[in-house]
Amino acid sequence: MSMPGYSPEEIMTVTAARHLQDGAVCFVGIGLPSAACNLARMTHAPRLVLIYESGTVGTKPTVLPLSIGDGELAETATCVVPLPEIFAHYLQRGRVDVGFLGAAQIDAFGNLNSTVIGDYAHPKVRLPGAGGASEIATYAREVLVIMKQTPRSFVSSLDFLTSAGYLEGHGARAASGSPGAGPRAVITDFGILRPHAATQELELAALYPGIGVDAARAATGWPLKVAARLETLPAPEPADLVVLRDLEARTRAAHARPIRINLRS
Amino acid sequence: MPLLPLDEAIATHVRDGDSVALEGFTHLIPFAAGHEIIRLRRRNLHLIRMTPDLIYDQLIGMGCASRLTFSWGGNPGVGSLHRLRDAVERQWPQPLALSEFSHAELALAYQAGASGMSCGLMPHHAATDLARVPGAAVRTVPCPFTGRLLTAVPAINPDVTILHAQQIDAEGNVLIRGIVGAAREAAHAARRVLVTVEERVERLDAEMNALVLPSWLITCASVVPGGAYPSYAQGYYARDNRFYLAWDEIARDRQAFTAWMERHVLGMRDHAALLRALGVAA
Repeated sequence: MSMPGYSPEEIMTVTAARHLQDGAVCFVGIGLPSAACNLARMTHAPRLVLIYESGTVGTKPTVLPLSIGDGELAETATCVVPLPEIFAHYLQRGRVDVGFLGAAQIDAFGNLNSTVIGDYAHPKVRLPGAGGASEIATYAREVLVIMKQTPRSFVSSLDFLTSAGYLEGHGARAASGSPGAGPRAVITDFGILRPHAATQELELAALYPGIGVDAARAATGWPLKVAARLETLPAPEPADLVVLRDLEARTRAAHARPIRINLRS
Repeated sequence: MPLLPLDEAIATHVRDGDSVALEGFTHLIPFAAGHEIIRLRRRNLHLIRMTPDLIYDQLIGMGCASRLTFSWGGNPGVGSLHRLRDAVERQWPQPLALSEFSHAELALAYQAGASGMSCGLMPHHAATDLARVPGAAVRTVPCPFTGRLLTAVPAINPDVTILHAQQIDAEGNVLIRGIVGAAREAAHAARRVLVTVEERVERLDAEMNALVLPSWLITCASVVPGGAYPSYAQGYYARDNRFYLAWDEIARDRQAFTAWMERHVLGMRDHAALLRALGVAA
């Protein structure tokens, strides 16, 4: 296979950005979700409302933040509110259309683990933990998951349930009373997995150009089903790649800038 | 509300075995105060913070803490807190008991503590494994009006909350501006409140609805320019993202970590000396 002219991260980011409609309210995490949301805002969705859990509402950063609370996010926000308010008045109250999540592990029903690998009391790997993820998974009207697909991360059984997807499937999430619809799409470096309408089991629904079903199956730790209609996704538009690469170049330059502090007050 | 040198403020008000919340969500993290706790070699602390960040990585790795209450324990945008992981995975330098929440739950616990409530309430939906771990603190209760299940999160009232802020005025009132996280709630919940500030001014540069902590809520304050570095103070200096990236390598190895702390924290008289040694202040 020839080199496609874009990286796996780039096509994941562009694909995620295409899922965002102009005017939607997005609860954004750092990393690829932040890149995808800002790419969408800088291209087809200028009125996208970005909320970061640090309390910045309607923020329009010109460079991507390293942390969830960089000053850039506050300086370019419509308003900055206390953190309890972000979770209670915005997320829990149902004001968020799209929540973005990643995790260390995902299962066939879109449940996520970002807490531990191994036993909780004696973990092999202690991961950062829930943060905002469990409430984003519950309350966002829909969830987009972005993560690289490997047999170690796409597992038949989670080591720990941090954030609810479709639970055991077959309507279990709706029965639990969770207000949000759950993960609408899992965007990976192979393509997109979507839940089956009746069982909510994640199925391979789309592949990037030049990637085959067998490769996606080999990267999945459960017997991955293929949707009745398997789509081939378009390659990133050159114009999108220009905007994304410019954004990342500005970000690298900003994060490399030395800090100076004046001690005379 | 006395204005004290930082070493005196910490020596007087932070004791072995205290529950201590150094708050500030990514922004205004009181690093200088945390370093003073390390210099005073406080032990057996119960550390409370939504995002432990590098300051708790340092306190944990230096053996100051026996318990951690938290909701997200990573180096934001970089990866692991290696000292936190070493304490949990391999009990180095000592075991660390965890009380773990989600952000929404921990914010609610501070709010309850700040309001004189025994617990805070939020809707209950699908239970996650966090509610099922040994020692999990949350409970479910029925709403007395609708019968629907609610999650009850026990209030948190730290012995001491420590914040960094932009300004203190002549009366001792403190202004916090920018990303505030749960700083206000953590202050109101605490038994004692210690504040470090960038500068002392005659009058606060505060709008009518600004976040101001009145002087009589504050136990004592210290003027510490750069006191949030490598976190930041909106309007004064930016977050040193290069330092957060570099910390990953420093903290990965026990010896490299210990050497760095001995040289840059134990070996420095105060925060100004550290900032000069790192070349961020002249």
